[in-house]
Amino acid sequence: MRALTTLDPSLGGRLTRNLAILITPLAILLVASIATPLAAETMAGGTVAIRGETVYPVSGEPITDGIVLIEDGKISAVGPASEVVVPDGIRVLQGAVVLPGLIDAHSVVGLAGYLNQSGDQDQLETSAAVQPELRAIDAFDARAPLITWLRDFGVTTLHTGHGPGTVVSGQTMIVKTRGDTVEEATLVPRAMLAVTLGEGATSEDGKSPGNRSKVAAMLRAELLAADAYRKKIHESQWSKKDEKPDPPSRDLKLETLAAVLDGELPMLITAQRHQDIMTALRLREEFGFQLVLDGGADAHLLLEEIKAAGISVITHPPMMRAWGEMENMTMEAAAILDRASIPIAFQSGFESYVPKTRVVLFEAAIANAYGLGTERTLHALTLGAAEILGIADRVGSLEVGKDGDVAIYDGDPFEYTTHCTYTVIEGAVVSEGERSLSAAAIAADGR
Amino acid sequence: MTSRLPRLLLSGATFTLLLATGLQHPAHGEGTTVAFVGADILPIDGDPISDGVLIVRDGTIVAVGPSSEVQVPADADIRSATGKVIMPGLVDTHSHVGGGGGGDRSAPIQAGVRVYDSIDVRSAGFDRARAGGLTTINVMPGSGHLMSGQTVYLKLRDGNTIDDLTIVGEDGWIAGGMKMANGTNSRRDPPFPGTRGKSAALARAHYLQALEYQKKVAAAVDDPDKAPERDLDMEAMLEVLSGRRVVHHHTHRHDDILTVLRLQKEFGFRLVLQHVSEGWKVADEIAAAGVPASVIVIDSPGGKLEARDLAFETGAILDEAGVLVGFHTDDWITDSRLFLRSAALAVRGGMSRESALYAMTMAGAKILDLDDRIGSLTPGKDADFIVLSGDPLSVYTHVEETWIDGRSVFDRSRPEDRLIAVGGFGAGDPRHAHVTCFDDTEEGR
Repeated sequence: MRALTTLDPSLGGRLTRNLAILITPLAILLVASIATPLAAETMAGGTVAIRGETVYPVSGEPITDGIVLIEDGKISAVGPASEVVVPDGIRVLQGAVVLPGLIDAHSVVGLAGYLNQSGDQDQLETSAAVQPELRAIDAFDARAPLITWLRDFGVTTLHTGHGPGTVVSGQTMIVKTRGDTVEEATLVPRAMLAVTLGEGATSEDGKSPGNRSKVAAMLRAELLAADAYRKKIHESQWSKKDEKPDPPSRDLKLETLAAVLDGELPMLITAQRHQDIMTALRLREEFGFQLVLDGGADAHLLLEEIKAAGISVITHPPMMRAWGEMENMTMEAAAILDRASIPIAFQSGFESYVPKTRVVLFEAAIANAYGLGTERTLHALTLGAAEILGIADRVGSLEVGKDGDVAIYDGDPFEYTTHCTYTVIEGAVVSEGERSLSAAAIAADGR
Repeated sequence: MTSRLPRLLLSGATFTLLLATGLQHPAHGEGTTVAFVGADILPIDGDPISDGVLIVRDGTIVAVGPSSEVQVPADADIRSATGKVIMPGLVDTHSHVGGGGGGDRSAPIQAGVRVYDSIDVRSAGFDRARAGGLTTINVMPGSGHLMSGQTVYLKLRDGNTIDDLTIVGEDGWIAGGMKMANGTNSRRDPPFPGTRGKSAALARAHYLQALEYQKKVAAAVDDPDKAPERDLDMEAMLEVLSGRRVVHHHTHRHDDILTVLRLQKEFGFRLVLQHVSEGWKVADEIAAAGVPASVIVIDSPGGKLEARDLAFETGAILDEAGVLVGFHTDDWITDSRLFLRSAALAVRGGMSRESALYAMTMAGAKILDLDDRIGSLTPGKDADFIVLSGDPLSVYTHVEETWIDGRSVFDRSRPEDRLIAVGGFGAGDPRHAHVTCFDDTEEGR
C-alpha cells in the first residue's frame, strides 16, 4: 500500500487510450456524477531476481540462461545472465522456463465460488435480461480459493466479472491474482460489458427473451434508449436555447450503455453459433461500439468476416464440452484464427458444474498441441491477451518498466507433467509450487 | 467410424466386387496376420520394448517382443510403426457415452434397471471414445440415486447395435456392474434420502431385503414351488451378493468413502470406489479394505460440495498406499478424446509413470474383471491396442490408431476420423446433459 490511486471505473485502463472521450461533455458529466466506487490500492512491490534456463520475454526472442530482475515491483532488467547484474542480497529464483505471468482473458473466478451453492454464485443475476449496471467490483471475492488455484499454475492476471447467460449480465473487471481485498487485487475496475447472444441468453421459463432474434431486438432497443439518454444529457449542457432543458435523472443502466456507445466501454459479446457471431458484427456496424468476440465456437467458419471487422476473439477453451451451441467447435480453433491473423487470447470460460474453473495454461496447452505451436501460444497467453484487454502497458511481456509478473516452470510449461514452481506478482513471490488446494496444502489447512 | 450409410454402400460394393471376382479377402480379424514393426511397445505386463514387434491374428495377440527376437510371418500384413508407441487399449472404468439412462425419479434404489436397454451406440460419443484410444468402457447409468441400476461393460467395436459391443460370458451373462452413490449425489426430496444417515439406512435395508430373497431362492433349490416370485431388482441384487456383479460406488468425501467401506464390510459385496476425490485423506483405510479405486481427474476443485478437496495427488497417494488405482472419464465430465491426460496429470501429482499407465490399462481391466482378456499386450489376449505418435503422457501426442479384436476402429489419417478427433463443423454430438453424472440442482452439488 505504497500509494493510493483513486480510479474511476468508467476510465480504468482505457484512460490513455480514449483521451478524446474525456473532453467530451458527456464524459465530463459522467466522471463528475458517478461516485468514486473503488480506490484501487497499489500493493507494495517486491524485489527479486529470476534466472531461467530459457527466458521467454514474448516481446522478443527467447534468452538462454537469462535473468529477469524485478525491483520495487517493476521489471528493471531482462537479459542473458552474463549481462544482467543482480544486486547483492536479493532472492534469486531458478527455473527451467520463465514466462511473463499468464493472463486469463475471460473468467468468472472471484464471482463464481467453487462450492457452487446459490449463495456463492454471483456471476449471473437472472432477475432481468439486461442489467449493465451490475459492477464486478461489488461482487469480487479476493480470497476465493479458485484464485489461488489458478495462481499456482502461473496465472497472474484475470479478466473476470459477470458471466454469459443473460443478454447483458453486467460489467467485468481485471484483477491480479493477489490481494486480500478487491481494492488490492484490482487492475481495471470496469473493463468490459458482458453480453450474450443466441441460446445462451434465452430464458427457459417462458420469459423474454425466448429466442435469439428477441435477444438481438432487446439489445438494440436498450442501446437506442441509451442513445436517446446521452442526447438529452448533451442538450442539457450545450443547448443554444435560452433555457437549457434539465438533464435526465441519473440512470445506472443507461449511463453504462452510454459509455458503450461512446466507445469507452467495450462490449464482450459471447456468441458461439455462426449466426450469432454475425449478429454481433451487425450490431457493431449499427451502433459503432468496440467489440471483443467471446467464445466463438463457430468462428472458424467466419474467418473473412471476423478479419474484415478487425475484431479480436477470446477463443473458447479447447476442452470445452462440444455439445449444444458448441457442437461444431474444434480444438484447432486457436490455430485457425491465428493463421487468419485474427488476434486471439485464451480463457478459462464459465462452467456451471465441474471443473468450476478451467485453467488457462491447460487450455493453451491443448491449443498448442492442436496446431498453434509454442511461440504463438505463448503470445496469445500473455502479450496478445494484454493487448486485447488494453493492459499491455502494464503486463503481458518481460520488458523493462512493466509489472514484475512472472511464471516459472520446471520444464515445458505446456506439458502435462511439468510443474509451475513459482508465481511472482509485482516482485512478490505469491506461489511456490502447485501446492495450494493440493492434498498437502489442504492437510496443512486442517480441513 | 465412417458414417453408416457410406459404409453400408461400401460394404455392398465390396461384396459385389468379391462375388464378381471370386476373391476372398477377409477383413483383418479373421485369418489375416498383422505385424506392427519398429514401435516402442509398452506391453504393461513387462518392461518397455524398443524397436518392438506386435503380431496379431484372428483378433488375438500372437506375439510381442523386440524385432531381434520375434519372427514376422511371411504372410503378415506388415505395418511400419517406427517412431510410434504401441500400448494396450485404454480401459475407462466409468463413462456415460451413448446417453444411456438408469433409474428415473420414482425411487432412490432401482437395481432392476439396465443401462444396457438405453444406449445409443451410434452416438458420436462412442466415436470420440475410440478417438481417445479407449477400447473397453464401463457405461454407467446416470447419477442421483443410491442405486441407479446395472452398468454394462462394452468393447468399442464398430457395431450397429448394443449387442455388437457387449461382453458376453459363456452362460450368456452380459458383463456389467451395479451403480451406487452416496454423499450429496443422491440427496433430494422424498422418496429420496435427505441426509447421509438416511442414505445409508436405505441402502442397508435394501441389502437386508436382498439377503431375505437369497434365502428364499436357496430354500427352493430342491423345490421350485417354493421359489419366490421373480423380482428384477432382487435378481440383480443376488448377482451383487454373489460377487459376480461388482458395485461401482460414486463417492467423494472422506466420510462418505468410509460409509461405503462399512456397507461393503457388512454385506460382503465386491466393490470399486468411483471418483474418490478425498481418497487421499483415507488412503490407508481404503488399502486395508482391499478395495480398488477409480479416480476422476478434474482441472479444479469444487463445482459441488463433495469435490471441494480434490487434488491431483489422489492417484499417487492411493497408489503408494497399495490401492489398485484406475482412472475414468465420467464422459462428458471429461472428454474421452483426452483420457490419457488424466494419467498424465496424476503423474504431475506425483504418481509414477509405470503406475499411471498400468492404471489406464491393466488396473482398469482388473476393476472390470476382464484382466484375463484385456489390459496388457500379452499373447493370447484380445488384440486391443493403440498406436500413438509419441509418449502417451505428452500433450503433443495424438492417438493415431485404435484397434479392437484385431480390427481398426479409429485411424486419424482418415478425414472422417480426424474430424471426430479434433472437432469442427459436423462433428456435433446431440447428447444431452441430464443422463450423466451432471446434476445441476442445488441438492445435487
